[in-house]
Formats: sequence, structure tokens, C-alpha cells
Amino acid sequence: MEAAVTKCRCDLDAELGRVIARHEGKKDDLIEILYWVQKNYGYVPKDVQLIIADKMDVPLSAINGVITFYHFFSSKPKGKYEISLCNGTACHLRGAPQVLARFEKELGIKPHDTTGDNMFSLGLIRCLGACAVAPNITINSEPRARMEPDLVPEIINELKEKE
Amino acid sequence: MPMVTLTIDGKEVQVEQGTTVLEAAKKVNINIPTLCYLKDINVVGACRICVVEVKGARTLQAACVTPAAENMVVLTNTPAVRASRRMTLELILSNHPFECPTCVRNKNCELQSLAEAFGIREVRYSGANPVHVMDDSSVSIIRDPDKCILCRRCASVCEKVQTVSAIGPQGRGFDTVIAPGVDMVLAESNCVNCGQCVLVCPTGAIYERDQTEEVWAALADPQKHVVVQTAPSVRVAIGEMFGMEPGSVATGQMVAAIRKLGFDKVFDTDFAADLTIMEEGSELLERINNGGILPQITSCSPGWVKFIEHFYPTLLPHVSTCKSPQQMFGALAKTFYAEKAGVDPADIFSVSIMPCTAKKFEAQRPEMNASGYQDVDVALTTRELGRMLKQAGIDFNELPEENYDDPLGVSTGAAVIFGATGGVMEAALRTVYEIVTGNTLASVDFVDVRGMEGVKEATVKVGDLDVKVAVAHGLGNARKLLDALQAGEANYHFIEIMCCPGGCIGGGGQPIPTNYEIRQKRIDGIYTADEAMVLRKSHENPAIQQLYKEYLEKPLGHKSHQLLHTKYTSRGQSNQL
Repeated sequence: MEAAVTKCRCDLDAELGRVIARHEGKKDDLIEILYWVQKNYGYVPKDVQLIIADKMDVPLSAINGVITFYHFFSSKPKGKYEISLCNGTACHLRGAPQVLARFEKELGIKPHDTTGDNMFSLGLIRCLGACAVAPNITINSEPRARMEPDLVPEIINELKEKE
Repeated sequence: MPMVTLTIDGKEVQVEQGTTVLEAAKKVNINIPTLCYLKDINVVGACRICVVEVKGARTLQAACVTPAAENMVVLTNTPAVRASRRMTLELILSNHPFECPTCVRNKNCELQSLAEAFGIREVRYSGANPVHVMDDSSVSIIRDPDKCILCRRCASVCEKVQTVSAIGPQGRGFDTVIAPGVDMVLAESNCVNCGQCVLVCPTGAIYERDQTEEVWAALADPQKHVVVQTAPSVRVAIGEMFGMEPGSVATGQMVAAIRKLGFDKVFDTDFAADLTIMEEGSELLERINNGGILPQITSCSPGWVKFIEHFYPTLLPHVSTCKSPQQMFGALAKTFYAEKAGVDPADIFSVSIMPCTAKKFEAQRPEMNASGYQDVDVALTTRELGRMLKQAGIDFNELPEENYDDPLGVSTGAAVIFGATGGVMEAALRTVYEIVTGNTLASVDFVDVRGMEGVKEATVKVGDLDVKVAVAHGLGNARKLLDALQAGEANYHFIEIMCCPGGCIGGGGQPIPTNYEIRQKRIDGIYTADEAMVLRKSHENPAIQQLYKEYLEKPLGHKSHQLLHTKYTSRGQSNQL
């Protein structure tokens, strides 16, 4: 994955032009372009979607459809700590909804949202392939296994103390 | 094409390879129920209503996406098939509001019909039933995602037939909605308001903005002088709402019925269609004779106009400056007619009955106020008119026929055919030919531009000039012509484009269902109505001749430019840009 030359949003148009050109504007590569934006900028907001729609001649409804279908993508900025909860079948059955409810309560946000101080965002993901140690979560891609609701305040404090 | 032979419910049927089991069954009059299926447009096997047993297959197969194969044995009505369909229906209903009596599609809903046919009396499941925000931002079309069953028909029509893709699936699972995306509402999107989505929606999830109450209020107001115009294609479709065969020409009953509602004058958009031909034909001749921008493209269809404003703004100089017949009528009703009738234009309430949801948007465009007032106050769809007539308890089928009022009710056959694809072109040719050559046409029928083929071409000898014309209907077909034009490969003089497949008879405001066969029948009705007219050329319309003599002076004259011509707006991907 090629890094962005600059992270300044003012250069986004040119940056996107370069990346899309590398894919020769192929519409089938849309998801890779979106991945590039997500990875380099952390989210894919409306203005960026409009630039991509224009440059790739792909309808905005289709671009936003992809972004809202895959939880990996986000149209809002994510927090410094991205907490993702697995909601796959095994995790669900072993208490993921209760863990989620506790995170929602402690952070005061719903899934796919970010706290006001931009510290935490909450996401839902599908199976991580570690069903034996369910329920699983990841914090910035680092897995944590055997989650329980009562572990939640501890985890949040631990992250806050890092600051 | 190689053929395959299969057996469906014991009947042997031979079909071309690649034919689906669903279409093969239709050939032997076996109707497999469907819900998401839309022939050639939405073939996704999503809803699972059409499942059948295929001998040797492990599970039930969706007939709409299963290709017929040699020696295949299919059973369409077994206990397993019925149980599966019932369960599927229950699951869909478990996430659907039970609001049938208050739903715009009550008694005209495919989900309701299936539930009735399968005798669903209780729903054993309860879905998430998330509450979505209703999108009533658009002046034309309202989206109610709570009633959506996510069949994708609307999105498919928008993408494949109209190539607009204003709406598509957003999100996943129970949270999925069919929407413009990025929290945009319809009014902010590049939706052209054509309403083809409305025609294909199996439920009440997307529908026209109902403005009948505004019209009832005007009719009840003694201060208001309420005039109405009816579009060419309404007369061959309104009867369907009262059980008539599609394509029945019900002009006389419709006029009588509308008069019974209490309108002060019942006029005809056809009058303005004849006027459009005079102005647009003159504009074409001026462009040809004075080296103007060619080809000239028609501007009657407001969905088409918004489409070119969004997607091909650089080609806007090709579009005729003529307003659509609806708006020409609107401008004249509050000027010429107001003067003639001695009515204060401020007191005139001008209603149009249109086959079209985009006409609502057109009527509210800010520039459509040539009279000093909003020229057309309310544009109703054919369906809304049907509703008003039902509310008034009018026995439509039994009404003796009545005639339109003078003078804005006088018209020719050339105006009627505006309702079908190719009609504006044919009407223009009838007039341009006679004006240029001074000769009378031996036959007024230009059959090359008629019919359901997507793009039609013809060359007509007018005096010394071979006039090359093209006709497209449905925006996907329009796009083909525009791409050719951009590539410098479209050497036409005149192009007619209609937004909806089949032309206005297939408009988004027409009775539901509107499918290929029904479009064809309405087109037949249009040409029947044309043939029945005494006058069939716009320039022979005596009321138009009088209008020019008394008021407008001449086509493209000063007054015409003031009242009958317009300008366009270049728009981006979305209306917000």
C-alpha cells in the first residue's frame, strides 16, 4: 500500500487523482481506492466520496453503499482507540451483546460512533476466527479474548492512563 | 440457439438454452409467483418466493435465476414449495409494518396479494422492524424505508434502465435502506424524479407526493378560478384505474369526470403540444437555416431535462429552449386566457394532470413564473386524479362523453401522439414538412419513429434537405445518443428524447402496474386517438392560429420568448454542488 504524499486534506484531490490513475480508473478497483483513503486518512467522508464519484464515474449511491456495507470503512473520523466487537455467531452466543451494552454505557456512544474527545470509537465486526476464546474484541487491531462486561471499565481506564 | 427440453409439472416444454425455469414455465401457462423479479432488469433471486423443486437438486431452487436444462424435472406446487413460500412471506412480513388500510398501495400491492393468495393469517416471527426516517424532501417522490422489502427493483431500474443510480442499497442487514447515500435526501441527489422506481415498487415504499388536498382546497375556494389541463397520455391510462383495458381511449369520460369534480374550465395540454410544435419546429428551422447548434434536442420531458443538466451539462445548448407543453399552457393560462376570460390571474389556480412525477418538480422550478405567478400551481399524476374521482364517487365508466372547453381545449392528432415515444418527432415532421415545402403530406404517418425499439433513426426528405432524426426513450438509451453526440458521431438535425420507456404513456405517474405489455397497449391507444382526430397537424389547429393572430404574433416572436421559452441549469453529481 502506497502511503499518501501528504495528509493535508487540501491535497486530497490531487492525491486521489494519482491513486485512481494507478488503477487506470477501473471501476472494479473501487474498493481498493476506498481502502487507500481509509488507511491513509482514517475515514471516507462525503466530500471524498464525491471526488471519487466524479473521477471514477461511479454513482455516489454505489460508493456509499460499499462504505456502509463493510464495517471496515467509516464515513466519520475514528477515535485514537478503535474498539471493535465481534458480533459473529459464537461471540454473540457467548455474551457479545452484553459486552457491547457495557461499552455503550461506559463510553456513551453507539456502534460506529466516536466519543466527543476523539479518544474512542466503537465498531462491530464479524468473525475474527477465534471462536474458541469468544467473545472477542480488537483494540486498534490488537485482539483481546474472553471478554466480559465487568472487564470493560478496566480496559477503558487502562487506555486512558496511557495518555 | 440450441434448445433444451424440460418437464414442468408434468408438461414438456422446449425453450432456448439459457431461459430460466420461470420463463419456461410461463410458456406453458404455469405462473410461478415472484416478488423481487423484474424481467431483464432485476434478476437476482433475492426474495425466494419463486422457489421450485428440481429433481436431483439438494435444495429448492429460485426459478427466476435457475436456467432450464435438458431433461430437468421441475415441480412448482408441492408441499415443500408451498411451505417454503409461506415461511418466506412470513419472514418478510415480520419486518413490514401492518398498515395496509392506510397505505398508498392498499389493494395494489404485490406483497399484500401474495399474503392473501397464500392465506397468511398469522406471522410467527418478529423482525427487528427498525424505524427509519421518511424522506419527504423531494417535491416529486417520497421514500418510506419502513415499507421497503429490499427487493432492489427500484435501484435496478434507476441503474440499468435510467443509468442514474440516484438510489442504491446503503448499510447492511436490518439497517439496510435504499437511499441516495451519505445521509443525502432525494432532493439533494441527482434523482431526476422520473418515478420509474415508483412503478416497480412491489409495496408502498416509494411513491408520488400526493397533492390532491391542495387541489380539493382550491376547488372549494369560491375566490379561485380553477383550470385544469390533461396530458396526452393520461386519456389512454386513466381508465385502468376503473377496470378498463390498458390503452382504452377514455378522453370523453375523463373530461366529463374532471368537470364533475368542479373545475371551472377543463382544458387540454394537447393545445399546448400543438403550440410546442409551432415553436420548436420554427426553432429547428432557424437553427438549420442560420447555422445554429445542431442537432436540436426536445425539451418536453422534465426528467430528461434534469438528467442532461446533471450528466451532460456541456450539451445543454443542444436542448430546445421551448418550455414543455405543461409549462407553455401554464404561462398562457395566467396571461392570454386570464385576459380573454376577464379573470385576475392572481385568482387562477392552474392544475395539470400528468403521467409524470417529474412534472411536479418542473412546475416548481423557480424560472417557471412567466405570468408573474407560479405558472402551474399543482401537477397531479394520473394516479392522483384516479383517487380524486374515486373519492367523489364518480361512476367513470358510465359517464357520457364530454368535450374540452374552448379555446385551450382545441387540439390535433399531432398533439395526442406526444404521449408515445417518437410522437413529438412525428408531429414536428408533419408540420415542418408542410411549412417548408408548401405541399400537403400524402401520409401523415412516420412509422419509422414509432415503437418500443430503444433508439430509432429516420431520414426524411424535406424539400432539398435530407432531415436526419433520431428518437430515444428511457435515459439509458438517451445516454447512447449523447455519448455518440459527444464523440462527434451523431450527425442528426433533430433528436427526440423521452425520459421514460415507451414515452409518457410509461411515465412514473401512470397507473400501477405499468409493464412492457401495458406500455404497448397504451401506445396503440395513442395512435387510435390520433387517427380519430379530424385535424392531425399542429399548424392546422385553428385555436393555435387564432392565438398567434390575437396574441403571440408569430413563432419565436417577442411574446413567445417571454412566455414559452426557458433556460437550463448546469448541475453536478448532486444538487448540492
